[in-house]
Amino acid sequence: MKQKKQLIKGNHAIGKAAIEAGCNFYAGYPITPQNELTEYMAKHMRLNKRPFVQAESEVSAINMVFGAGAGDARAMTSSSSPGVSLKQEGISYIAGAELPCVIVNMVRGGPGLGNIAGAQSDYFQSTRGGGHGDYRLIVFGPNSVQELYDFTMKAFDYADKYRMPVMILGDGYLGQMMESYIPHKYEPIKNLPKKKWALTGCKGRKKNIVKTLYLTPENALEEHNLKLNEKYKKIQKEIQMYEKANADDGEIIVVSYGTASRVVKNVIEFFNKNSKKKIGMFRPISLWPFPATALRNLKCKKFLVVEMSMGQMIEDVKLALFGKKDVTVNLIKRPGGMIPTEDEIKDKIEKMIG
Amino acid sequence: MKSKKNNNKFSKKIYKRPESLTKVHTHYCPGCGHGIIHKLICEVVDELDIREKMIAIAPVGCGVFAYNYWDFDTSEAAHGRTPAVATGLKRVNPDKIVMSYQGDGDLAAIGTAEIIHAANRGENITVIFVNNAIYGMTGGQMAPTTLMKQRSTTTPFGREPVDGYPIRVCELLSVLEGTTYLERTSVAQPKDVIKTRRAIKKAFEIQIENKGFSLIEVLSMCPTNWKMDAIESCRYVEEKMKKIFPLGVIKDKTGENEKNNTNRCMQ
Ligand code: SF4
Repeated sequence: MKQKKQLIKGNHAIGKAAIEAGCNFYAGYPITPQNELTEYMAKHMRLNKRPFVQAESEVSAINMVFGAGAGDARAMTSSSSPGVSLKQEGISYIAGAELPCVIVNMVRGGPGLGNIAGAQSDYFQSTRGGGHGDYRLIVFGPNSVQELYDFTMKAFDYADKYRMPVMILGDGYLGQMMESYIPHKYEPIKNLPKKKWALTGCKGRKKNIVKTLYLTPENALEEHNLKLNEKYKKIQKEIQMYEKANADDGEIIVVSYGTASRVVKNVIEFFNKNSKKKIGMFRPISLWPFPATALRNLKCKKFLVVEMSMGQMIEDVKLALFGKKDVTVNLIKRPGGMIPTEDEIKDKIEKMIG
Repeated sequence: MKSKKNNNKFSKKIYKRPESLTKVHTHYCPGCGHGIIHKLICEVVDELDIREKMIAIAPVGCGVFAYNYWDFDTSEAAHGRTPAVATGLKRVNPDKIVMSYQGDGDLAAIGTAEIIHAANRGENITVIFVNNAIYGMTGGQMAPTTLMKQRSTTTPFGREPVDGYPIRVCELLSVLEGTTYLERTSVAQPKDVIKTRRAIKKAFEIQIENKGFSLIEVLSMCPTNWKMDAIESCRYVEEKMKKIFPLGVIKDKTGENEKNNTNRCMQ
């Protein structure tokens, strides 16, 4: 049966999706602008008789998630930038131990305490690993409340499928906004593997060990790193998500993700209606793996990256386009919780058209 | 042949390796207390028949390889985060027995927040806290439980007041309403080893009965970093450590032996 549109706050949509996707452990710590999510979980996990812990710190919360993930649960934690910095230790261990979990970062401006407005300045931290050691997270950058809902559900599946942390990289604006969305039944991806490695007591089997320390033989850690890398390569083949419009014949392609891409969309529509010039857009949805091939395959020579940071994703854009002849990549940057305006994007495009 | 038969008749097996303890060589130094404590845990696990229900967490420190010796499910944890990992494991496996095994640096320095709050939430877990007053694995630095005047590589002239004072973990946790059972024991002499075994058993029974948080602090020897031989280090526990860390039940909220008055008031 087709579900009707409903109005919901971004942070609540994530919580709702998590509950529906069978999240059965949540630990968090208060931080603005994601408190509504922790509060939603506090209520609905209890109503569903599932464990909720308000942890003493972000450090502790992520390590509880480590334990719950190791113990066969669908575990989740959420926070915003300063809190996610604190979680990096635990995320490194979770990636190293190959445990599934979902981490939500409703990014706010930084560095330091920064402010509490939405920003995109944690792109590097999220897509490069963030903590110590060679590892990756699967990172989704949704741009609407609907996508927050959809990708939270997917995140649990991917975490279980690949045994690794999956991050929802939203921002304060997405978390706080109310928007209509269409709820739907959670449908897990097919053939999710059984968690034979989980710690549930060794009844009827040999003991399981969850670890990240590889001392002997000498190359044990290298072998582990290579194994992780094989997995990451496989994921790069299997997950390439993006949205594009006018991208194949656009004279200029605007590349943006998340909240920034909502502004870009309006600009593209404006040019569609009012200009003979064709302006296209490319929106990465999976930020790691970055949809580099799809971007590289575009014929366009002029790119404009729009980011709510000093320019972080632009590095992935340049890497994707590396070595292509006569390609220029421009940037509009609005750090510190500011949103680029339609006008400044339009002006820049006009200038690029020349 | 005949004599062998006779031997069997007159001999009785009075000591054997617990089944939960794997048959491998130890990596612990000669005279180290960890081996004794591992064995006691495994004896209790066998006796209570909970091997198949056990989920243990090994700390960062000399105990990190504990999973080589324990024949039950075990996880590592980041340094000091052991009680947080234990919390996650126990909350999603409430019918299993979760043990957090920790050293003094892990529990009383880098993991102070985690242990206090796990205790304060009254998590239904068992913590085995090995206190040897020094950092073992990193080579003998000052621990939060290092005694005053005790030398370590970071207190080369002995611990002074500016370095802080030895933390009495059991006493510290005893004021928290969430704690059920706290006992300090030692493995420096046979009498105390037997008491340690009894304490560990009690702690597991408390968890089995869903009575909440228990912690057994075990005074233990680190001959290597104390720069002593095995016998000297046992004497050190007896003569020096016990003075600062008195043995005994620090808190028992299990009912008949209610010892902690403050707690009685709060109930
Ligand atoms: S360094 Fe100390 S604690 Fe570590 S194994 Fe050796 S004696 Fe035991």
